[in-house]
Amino acid sequence: MILRPNLIDLKNIGYYLGKIIIGLALTMCLPLVIGLSCGEINPALDFLIGIEAALIFGLLLTKLCYTDNDLSWAQGMIVVSLSWLAAAVLGAIPFYLSGHWASFMDAVFDAMSGFATTGLALVQDLDHLSYAHNFWRHLAMFIGGQGIVIVALSLFVKGSSGAFKMYIGEARDERIMPNIIDTSRFIWLVSITFLVLGTLALGITGILNGMRPGNAFFHGVCIFMTAFDTGGFAPQSQSMLYYHNGIYELITVVIMILGAINFKLHYHIWMGNRREIWKNIETTGLFIAVTVTLIITAIGLDRAGIYPKAMMLFRKGFYQLISGQTGTGFQTIYSVQFLREWNHLALIGIICAMSLGGAVCSTTGAIKMLRLGITLKALMEDIKRIILPGKAIVTQKFHHIKTIFLEDKQARSALLITLCYLVLYGFGALVGMFFGYPFVDALFESTSAAANVGLSCGITSLTMPAALKLTYIFQMWAGRLEFMSVFVLAGFVVAAIKGK
Amino acid sequence: MKSQTQILPNSKQIQNSKSQFSFWGFEIGIYLVVLILLVILGFSAPCFAQAISSTELINNAKSYDGKMVVYKGEVIGDVMPRGKHAWVNINDGNNAIGVWVSRAVAKSIFYTGSYRAKGDVVEVSGIFHRSCPEHGGDLDIHAQVLRKVTSGRVLSERINIDKKNLVLILLGILCIILILRQFKPKSKK
Repeated sequence: MILRPNLIDLKNIGYYLGKIIIGLALTMCLPLVIGLSCGEINPALDFLIGIEAALIFGLLLTKLCYTDNDLSWAQGMIVVSLSWLAAAVLGAIPFYLSGHWASFMDAVFDAMSGFATTGLALVQDLDHLSYAHNFWRHLAMFIGGQGIVIVALSLFVKGSSGAFKMYIGEARDERIMPNIIDTSRFIWLVSITFLVLGTLALGITGILNGMRPGNAFFHGVCIFMTAFDTGGFAPQSQSMLYYHNGIYELITVVIMILGAINFKLHYHIWMGNRREIWKNIETTGLFIAVTVTLIITAIGLDRAGIYPKAMMLFRKGFYQLISGQTGTGFQTIYSVQFLREWNHLALIGIICAMSLGGAVCSTTGAIKMLRLGITLKALMEDIKRIILPGKAIVTQKFHHIKTIFLEDKQARSALLITLCYLVLYGFGALVGMFFGYPFVDALFESTSAAANVGLSCGITSLTMPAALKLTYIFQMWAGRLEFMSVFVLAGFVVAAIKGK
Repeated sequence: MKSQTQILPNSKQIQNSKSQFSFWGFEIGIYLVVLILLVILGFSAPCFAQAISSTELINNAKSYDGKMVVYKGEVIGDVMPRGKHAWVNINDGNNAIGVWVSRAVAKSIFYTGSYRAKGDVVEVSGIFHRSCPEHGGDLDIHAQVLRKVTSGRVLSERINIDKKNLVLILLGILCIILILRQFKPKSKK
């Protein structure tokens, strides 16, 4: 029998959702300050409206749903999934008011793309966008990469079991420290430290690149936020092509890789355990995955004959590949070039990289290396069972911070999430094909959306059908939350309708 | 006399020949002017012929690779000097393409497009590269000639009254909610 959710359930969900929305409103103060300091009056008004709307919504929810109760697992998951939808809608308000987005749906698309660290964009005339709005695009990615709930946890929610449930619901599988609030704060510490270093590196390179100092550092902070949180928005319409600089590209590659590493691994490296890099299943898996997909892409590009020199081929191929593998989405080629200049083999290499992703408990999307590693280990274990005598005791172990013996439960969980991702990639590709796009093009864009990558082969545009925009919004949301929170929300809705 | 007349033209004949000479001179003059105009137009035509759009260049990069193209658009972002050259990014409304131009020529660019300014609209004539061997495989144009078509300007910003009113209305609602939050519900006994 399905139980209909009661008022206490709704109040618990509403109260924590309200708190997270208030947190979101406060983050909008940063672009407001930037707008005011740059003398951008109308953009500042856009953010004032956005802040007020979010505060009204958040305060009403916390007032009407006030509760002292802690969250249950299901409630925590629902709060997370609703928080991301609310963030996309409320975060889209300043976008839409700027006039650079053709419709509110387009603004929501970009806001969801930002928070989910995807990087697909429908913004128009980006090169004339205000500093305030541009900063908000990148900040949304930074917040989304850290986790909207992590932001709220750090600000508002005191240490409680409810906090941990929301943390897990936001696709953070691992607790770095015993206390979840300390874990959130450690993630912030790592991110802020790299933010300072990365901004300095990019800003100085920008100045040496010939950019004006103010602009160089503005671009530096924006590019860092979207590279580290593997988002992929860039301040100019040309993405990385704008800079025409190999060193700038190299710095972003380093930042993207740092963003794709598990925060738990960051913690161990910070604590001096540097050998973990070479032993960890995720880092070794990432190295193997990049090598294999790079070989596929390089053979494809060589056959396409677009880059006559090996260095050119490596620079273009490797950059798009790392951008895809880490789920960032920076491009040093135009979207259309993927289809017109690259061949299918090279595209398949990139699609494979996008679909696999980086490490768990990082800012990347997609299947992720730990799950891939566990799946392969489980496969090897089963093969061994068949080959070895029946009485042989077969065990399989892997190294992830410590040596772990593989259990069926882990393999099942990894396989289920992997399967969900594959279904999601296929679903988006089918919808794309329904609207007349060829298979490879549709699969490329669908994988990019669902794996929160942001590389585009040109399908994402102002003219694409509204249903496809909605499909990609759903894919970005479900892909970022890694399904469980979305399934629980769906179950909650079903229970509300059919429950007794 | 006859021979004289044959040898020495009379005054009328002299007058006729003078007018004939001036006519031929006039005609040659016209031909020269036309010729000069043709030469000027002939040389300038390839430089500033019909501009090709960025979409056309990117979509058909293979067919334009290594060819002289004319591209027109607004200068956006920063002009980035590199030694004796500079990178200028030019947006024609659809896409922006990087143009590699001599630094001296780039100095003629005064306004670049941003939120605050409409950039100079320039027309460049140069060699299009689908994957430039000099610049790591970037799609770019190496400009030989750059001409400013229209000068940019600083954009003035007026306060949007509707937005201002909406801010005030929402602020009022927010204040009411904050006041109402101060009233705690009566506890049930």
